[in-house]
Amino acid sequence: MSQSKGLLIDITKCVGCRECERACAETNHLPQESATDLSATHLTYVKSYNDETVFVRRLCMHCNEPTCVSACLVGAFTKTETGAVLYDESKCIGCRYCMQACPFEVPRYEWGSLAPKIQKCRMCYERIAGGGQTACAEACMFGATVFGNRDDLVREARARIDGNPHGYVDYVYGLSEAGGTSVLFLSAIPFEKLGFPMNIPKEPIPDLSWRVLSQVPKYAVAAGVLLFGINWITARRTDVARFEAEERRRTITEDRERGRR
Amino acid sequence: MKFDGIFKLTFWKAVAIILMATGLAAAVERFALGLGATTNLKDTFPWGIWIGFDILVGVGLAAGGFTIAATVYIFGIERFRPILRPTILTAFLGYVLVIAGLMVDLGRPWAIWHAIIMWNPHSVMFEVAWCVMLYTTVLALEFSPVILEHFKLQRTLKVIKAVTIPLVILGVILSTLHQSSLGSLFLIIPGRMHPLWYSNIIPFLFIISCVAAGLAMTIIESFLSSRAFGREVELPLLSELSRVIVVVLALYFTVRVQDLMSRDALKYVFMPTYQSGMFLVEIVLGVVLPFCLLLSRKVRSSRTGLFYSAVLVLLGFVAHRMNTAITSMEHWPDRLYVPSVQELCVTLGLVAFGFTAFAFISRYFNVFGEASHHADEVREELPADLARASFE
Repeated sequence: MSQSKGLLIDITKCVGCRECERACAETNHLPQESATDLSATHLTYVKSYNDETVFVRRLCMHCNEPTCVSACLVGAFTKTETGAVLYDESKCIGCRYCMQACPFEVPRYEWGSLAPKIQKCRMCYERIAGGGQTACAEACMFGATVFGNRDDLVREARARIDGNPHGYVDYVYGLSEAGGTSVLFLSAIPFEKLGFPMNIPKEPIPDLSWRVLSQVPKYAVAAGVLLFGINWITARRTDVARFEAEERRRTITEDRERGRR
Repeated sequence: MKFDGIFKLTFWKAVAIILMATGLAAAVERFALGLGATTNLKDTFPWGIWIGFDILVGVGLAAGGFTIAATVYIFGIERFRPILRPTILTAFLGYVLVIAGLMVDLGRPWAIWHAIIMWNPHSVMFEVAWCVMLYTTVLALEFSPVILEHFKLQRTLKVIKAVTIPLVILGVILSTLHQSSLGSLFLIIPGRMHPLWYSNIIPFLFIISCVAAGLAMTIIESFLSSRAFGREVELPLLSELSRVIVVVLALYFTVRVQDLMSRDALKYVFMPTYQSGMFLVEIVLGVVLPFCLLLSRKVRSSRTGLFYSAVLVLLGFVAHRMNTAITSMEHWPDRLYVPSVQELCVTLGLVAFGFTAFAFISRYFNVFGEASHHADEVREELPADLARASFE
């Protein structure tokens, strides 16, 4: 268990049998019903394209540097040693910033619940930690979803493209998206035609806010010094003005006293 | 404390009571049935009007608090003191409403205290949470002399007054951090937002615009309370504030246009889309128009001109925050958001509560009288002395 695990999903091999959906629901004790999108009860979902000839699985991408992990103010998300990104409801306060922040729009909410939780694929953490593989990879009879070390999967993906350059677009989706993800996709059709977001930064997204956040202490100290400084100057001015006014008042009273005498 | 007149029903009182009652009912319904049944929030649109209006706008309107406090205490411009207390009160109530709105919006509000002990300094939301907690405390302390004076708690009053300057400075730092961090929240979602609003300088834009909005709010609240309490409105002070607004609006407009140009996003302004329409409403009605109006001395020195220009600035600010949080994330036809009746009721109820609380506190406590009642005392206790003391 020294290496980060991942999934390689080869869209050219998927026939749309949805065994992965079924196995996922079974493992996670969720209802077996057909889905139209990811939801709190569907952690993976197979969507069809081109008149039911191309099938694309959706699930959490398990980013190497997850945006949700950095976005959550109470640290309810963790990137584990298996590569899985896990959510801990006992910490969650329900702000839903993770849902906003995720570049793949994966986290789903239990909108109907009075103590709602985030739901998303857990890359079968317990099974993998126990030496097994994910339920979806085990259930896939066509090798469309395979489980392995991420490094091996990256090599395998490259080898498949190089071995059949006309059968694949020359792109491994997830290799560099958001700084790299544990889930990788291969396709024969350009990814943008299959609903994959292509405008995702190639760097870890948490950097975008850290660039600003890391400046906060410096700003606070500098602003404090500046404001105390300004106050020191203006206070001195007010003091001088008051002293002069008092002087004037005293001279006037003295003059009056003298005049009275 | 005499509560005479509190039971006399006027038109606005009736409106406020109805709004607060429906808001409370909607909030109860939300807690009884859950977010899904009572809001139009969904997986593809997890944040709605409670974040876009109650929180982003509520915090923004409180910006008058740090601006006027800094003007009086840090820059020593004493002539603004008469509007200091009402502005601090507005800011404090703004933050109370933000917290109330947050409690309704959070999925697990009972766990909100987790923010105190479970730290993730890499989260912008972490900064936001701490700014809310600390700045609300600072505002309460900044306003506390009004309450302490009323109940003649001289010793505590002395302690508070002794730490006024550090308190105000802490307030300025926290408030500017909070305003900017609300903008920083959006830095992490470049893919989802329309290029007219996504920018890596959102935090900076949020600070500039909140100064204009905070001052506009100060003007509006001055006019409304002068009407309610039959006070003279501090016209020369307010038109001086409106000059500052002119400068801030000009700066905001320049930075905004430069930002659009540098990102090559100016072209989206001229595309006939829903977003470009909302952008033009925001910029033309909320920035350019009040800027032009307030450039004229006649408008600045007339009551109606000043009031309505301030209202425009405020609406432009509201439009910017709502556009950032909502419009910029809408997509036709699969991703649209219109608040539910319950969401609207809670928001309106909170606004009504804010107005009511302001009216109540300023009627029974010495919010406006500081300049006249305590003129001598104030002159005696120039905060300059305190600042010097804290330095030596």
